[in-house]
Amino acid sequence: MKSNRVLLQGSEACVRAAIAAGCRFYAGYPITPATEIMELMSRAMPKAGGVFIQMEDEIASLGAAVGASLGGVKAMTATSGPGFSLMQEHISFAAMAEVPCVIVNVMRGGLSTGLPTRPAQGDVMQARWGAHGDHPILVVAPSSTYEFFDLTVKAFNLAERYRSPVIVLADEVVAHTRESVVLPSAHEVEVEDRVRPSVPPEWYSPYRDPGTGIPPMAAFGEGYRFHVTGLMHDINGYPTERQDETEELMARLFNKISKDFHLLQWYDSYFEEGAEVTVIAYGSVARSALRAVRTAREKGMPVGLLKLKMLWPFMRRTVSQYLQSSRSVIVAEMNMGQLSREVKRVNQGTCPIHTLNRVDGRMITPEQILTAIEEELR
Amino acid sequence: MTGQEHLIHRYLRSSKRFPHVWCPGCGIGILLGALVRAIDGNGYGKDDIVLISGIGCSGRLPVYLDFNTLHTTHGRALTFATGIKLAKPKLKVIAIMGDGDASSIGGNHLIHSARRNIDITAIIINNQIYGMTGGQSSPTTPFGLHTASSPFGHLEHPFDIAKLVEAAGAPFVARSTVYHARILERLIGTAIAKSGFSVIEVMSPCVTHFGKWSGIGSAVQMMQWQKDNTVSIEKARNMTPTELQGKVVTGVLIDAHKPTFHEEHARISREMKD
Ligand SMILES: Cc1ncc(C[n+]2csc(CCOP(=O)(O)OP(=O)(O)O)c2C)c(N)n1
Ligand code: SF4
Repeated sequence: MKSNRVLLQGSEACVRAAIAAGCRFYAGYPITPATEIMELMSRAMPKAGGVFIQMEDEIASLGAAVGASLGGVKAMTATSGPGFSLMQEHISFAAMAEVPCVIVNVMRGGLSTGLPTRPAQGDVMQARWGAHGDHPILVVAPSSTYEFFDLTVKAFNLAERYRSPVIVLADEVVAHTRESVVLPSAHEVEVEDRVRPSVPPEWYSPYRDPGTGIPPMAAFGEGYRFHVTGLMHDINGYPTERQDETEELMARLFNKISKDFHLLQWYDSYFEEGAEVTVIAYGSVARSALRAVRTAREKGMPVGLLKLKMLWPFMRRTVSQYLQSSRSVIVAEMNMGQLSREVKRVNQGTCPIHTLNRVDGRMITPEQILTAIEEELR
Repeated sequence: MTGQEHLIHRYLRSSKRFPHVWCPGCGIGILLGALVRAIDGNGYGKDDIVLISGIGCSGRLPVYLDFNTLHTTHGRALTFATGIKLAKPKLKVIAIMGDGDASSIGGNHLIHSARRNIDITAIIINNQIYGMTGGQSSPTTPFGLHTASSPFGHLEHPFDIAKLVEAAGAPFVARSTVYHARILERLIGTAIAKSGFSVIEVMSPCVTHFGKWSGIGSAVQMMQWQKDNTVSIEKARNMTPTELQGKVVTGVLIDAHKPTFHEEHARISREMKD
């Protein structure tokens, strides 16, 4: 097996992953701390036979990516908080029209322009609920350079499999940390492609449920002339207000993902054996948490770590198990408490939940988490 | 049935539920006819055409036609069009937009598409008002006009869309009206055949709202208004600014050449391979 050990920044790993996953279109707008991804893409895309374009803003960037995807090309954009806010309109469109695309959000500090060069995890809820209207969404969160690679590949695969926008929610530390990683070689990367129609054009209904909840997707310009709209639509993609048709569409949009919840429990668990206290973390905070838990174990404290790699849909099944097996839980995140609300929601009052939050643009340190663990076990 | 009816029926989607959404006397249907004749006249196959629209009465046009069709978000048709064109450069990409769609919420995308010279034909249906939302003022509403959102008269000054895109670098800019349906058809044909960002501003009556607020009145009166108030660019060249006051100048306003984005991008990709 030919594998390559390389010294890579998270952003570089993300770009390599996108190319390995088949991404051949990138549209973006510069913003710290996601600019590296864009600049790397400006070189990588033409080399890979793809297209790079710097758009006039982030609304346009995601619009172009969705357009390219409808043209049959895997597409992506990357941004940070302010740009992510602008993209919400088209996240909603992509969810409604079921157009695969990948959006990387390298989270930076603060609300508004905030702390451009510093890390945060303040967009967890925006990633879930930022776009208008009830919509399904898939959000993954890498905690290391390797995971940035792995989860970017998987994000493309999820986008293709579920015909959905997929968000890679990274943070500044993950994007900028340079570390030594072993990446799989090209042929080891598992790549999924959207299911294309197998019927002749005259039989094709672009939104007819084939039984899986996910209609095969034709590309524009290949003989299947069909309509795509952000309006509620029938199986032909034509606008409808009929109650039976809108109900059916909404149910299918949600069910196509919820039927697979059991496959979407993506996490790593450390020191879970006999753990009385479980730390729940994601993104770069999970690295501090692992260090803290390791030190605590060395000191003989019964503590484990649950690192979440998929944030949305929320892994109710997995998290519930840990809530039941732990005496208490600490949720550590670089925001005022976003994912912890979700943990509390599934908790049903059985397990004390403590939150550890930080919003000053600094990382949550292993020491902070260790102190929290010691307090729990005192 | 006349030959003309046959042609339109070849392009209307038989599977689409009718009637259409437009008011009687609206100009958008006439544009639809001109567009179909232009596409047919140029000899393109249905699979070669992508029709993309934003939101508004104009945005409802693509769904009726048997092409690759995409109804996007308000103002953003050109962004999707950009992605499609770059993903599939062989396709003829046509964006249909309203005046509010193209020059208000989508104004940024409009000027940058022109500057970038993406190979897209942009058809802007200018009815000088927001049709779909009920007759509010748009960036092309005349100064002083009372509308649903300017009850004391419009306090702002209108854009000249053709001049705007010319200044932004569009190599082909034309203007016509739905009254001049045949000329319009020819201009659309020329614009689609041309590579680069081409813009056609189509003056079109919104009978329901502009007709009412402007006092011009019925569909017939609005057509008459178009007839009486347009001047071809050839004639306009010999007219004084005072004579041109209040007139709509029609015809090919700009016809130039500059390299398109996708040609330049393709060149870079080729050079990287060599
Ligand atoms: C983001 C957003 N803002 C506002 C609207 C509401 N809206 C729908 S159509 C429209 C204006 C339509 O006017 P115009 O673009 O001139 O097109 P027309 O209807 O006259 O063809 C507006 C404001 C919307 N759909 N989306
Ligand atoms: S509101 Fe105006 S633009 Fe819209 S369909 Fe009616 S006449 Fe046409």
